[in-house]
Amino acid sequence: MPVDPAGNGRLDALDPTGAAWSPDGAPAGTPAATVAATEVAARAGARLLFGGLDATVTAGQFVAVLGPNGAGKSTFLRMLLGLHPVAGGSLQVLGDRPGRHNHDIGYLPQRRSFDAAVRIRGVDLVRLGVDGHRWGTPLPLVRRLVHRARAEEERRRVEDVIARVGATGYAHRPIGEVSGGEQQRLLIAQALVRRPRLLLLDEPLDSLDLPNQQGVAGLLQRISADGVTVVIVAHDVNPILGYLDQVIYIVGGRALAGAPAAVITTENLSRLYGSPVEVLRTPSGRLVVVGQPDAASFHAAG
Amino acid sequence: MPPADGWPGLLAAAARLSWDLSRDLHLLLQYPFMRNAFVAGGVAAVMCGVIGWFAVLRGETYAAHTLATVAFPGASGAVYLGLAPLVGYFGFAVAGAGLIAGLSPPQPGHRERHSATVGAIQAVALALGFWFVSLYQGFLTSLSGFLFGSFLGVTRVDVAVLMVTAVLALGVLAVLGRPLLFASVDPLVAEAAGVPVRAVSLLYLILLGCAVAEASQFTGVLLVLALLVVPAATASALTARPSVGLALSVGLALVTVWGGLAAAYFTNRPVGFWVTSIGFAGYVLARAAAAAGRRWNRRVVTA
Repeated sequence: MPVDPAGNGRLDALDPTGAAWSPDGAPAGTPAATVAATEVAARAGARLLFGGLDATVTAGQFVAVLGPNGAGKSTFLRMLLGLHPVAGGSLQVLGDRPGRHNHDIGYLPQRRSFDAAVRIRGVDLVRLGVDGHRWGTPLPLVRRLVHRARAEEERRRVEDVIARVGATGYAHRPIGEVSGGEQQRLLIAQALVRRPRLLLLDEPLDSLDLPNQQGVAGLLQRISADGVTVVIVAHDVNPILGYLDQVIYIVGGRALAGAPAAVITTENLSRLYGSPVEVLRTPSGRLVVVGQPDAASFHAAG
Repeated sequence: MPPADGWPGLLAAAARLSWDLSRDLHLLLQYPFMRNAFVAGGVAAVMCGVIGWFAVLRGETYAAHTLATVAFPGASGAVYLGLAPLVGYFGFAVAGAGLIAGLSPPQPGHRERHSATVGAIQAVALALGFWFVSLYQGFLTSLSGFLFGSFLGVTRVDVAVLMVTAVLALGVLAVLGRPLLFASVDPLVAEAAGVPVRAVSLLYLILLGCAVAEASQFTGVLLVLALLVVPAATASALTARPSVGLALSVGLALVTVWGGLAAAYFTNRPVGFWVTSIGFAGYVLARAAAAAGRRWNRRVVTA
């Protein structure tokens, strides 16, 4: 697999023509970066997944991590959590090494679904996001009597976040009995209830129907507008394309970060994939990437 | 020759059920061994109600059953060596928990993949137990007691051991409770939030081993699930609230054990059969009630 430790595909080497296409752009001169990656490399066992990843994500940005299956997108999220070792370069998350500030990070792993056998309510799952990591067993009755104010504050916090993701109608039903889209909203609520500064989501739109995709994408955009940095691994960039500040494209051992318009271009992707790739833009603004090695069928930008 | 339970026939004549409840209760508790059995059964029920609820939530009923079969060579081996069976039950069940945790895949969220490991351990445990039984040929009544349960010969020392174990186990579980719930329903997020998922899972399996060892005294190793899983599954069918589910699970386990003991006493039939039958009847009723409730809700929604 071709590896590019020299960081051949950096922003300064980008196709300049792409810049004409309204990038929301990373704001210049921003405060301390939420994520600062320099020459980051990742391994899975002995195999090098990617190298030379340079990216700076600032507070409140909406960032997509794109690339074919197995490129290392999910691994990159786990590296940000300190759950996967950094094989090279330097990676800083919330101004520290990964794993130091996980209580400020909300995380949504890939493709979790709960079958009907899981007998726990959505609201219980969301509440675990508040204090699930703390030792002890809270007894609801005792808490309501002894720590009344705190129990009340927590209840409201959970209720508010459930209302914010629009899950109030089904939060008290067993999680296994609600639909995939409804589960996804409750899981986002669980990640949000910690009031994170950084939200990491691994393919949150996967396996959702179109209205649900748009609903969840809009929700994530509102969350990032409130100042939470959102990093999302996506298979299809189109539902979120209009909201993105930045994309991190990981292909064949290389990585490229920057404004979407600057990164997702025919020239960049051809170089990353090492074979001719064409990026088409439909009149409605959607991106279509054709000619990728792994894209026999329609495969939109990732 | 006594029946399968090892029940002394001379007691049965005195134990006739009547409509006089206080007389029945007096009959039931007139012998020390019955009082011991009721206390020990109550302790085991509380422990199984709580720990079994987590087993159902985590989908680890197969591991629970395997820990029970691991307890079988423990008990038969202890008897062969002249030790108390209790030593074997606890020692082997806890060691089996460590073995399952050690041989299972390390990544959190891959629990369902460990069924092959668990199955292998179960097979070798049964074989080993049978080997110990063959070493002390002839004591077949105690074999059926190991496999299908008995409540005769629960001594005061046994009761004390069961109580101490239960208090310790429930104490550990009280510390573990919330992160265990988190790691059970959502291991990947729990790990990211700082829960030591692997350590929590290992500790839970050890607690499960202790609960299995306690329940085996009454239900036998083959019917442990009657006490460990059936009340918890019944509770889970009725409610998805963790706190209510746990309380209900304990209550149902108590009813199952005490009802089973009383039924065994008055009918002169094995306690394992009664505990299992009472528990299963409750489970079927709860599933039917839950299904009816869902249908009712749907009608209300569509109306």
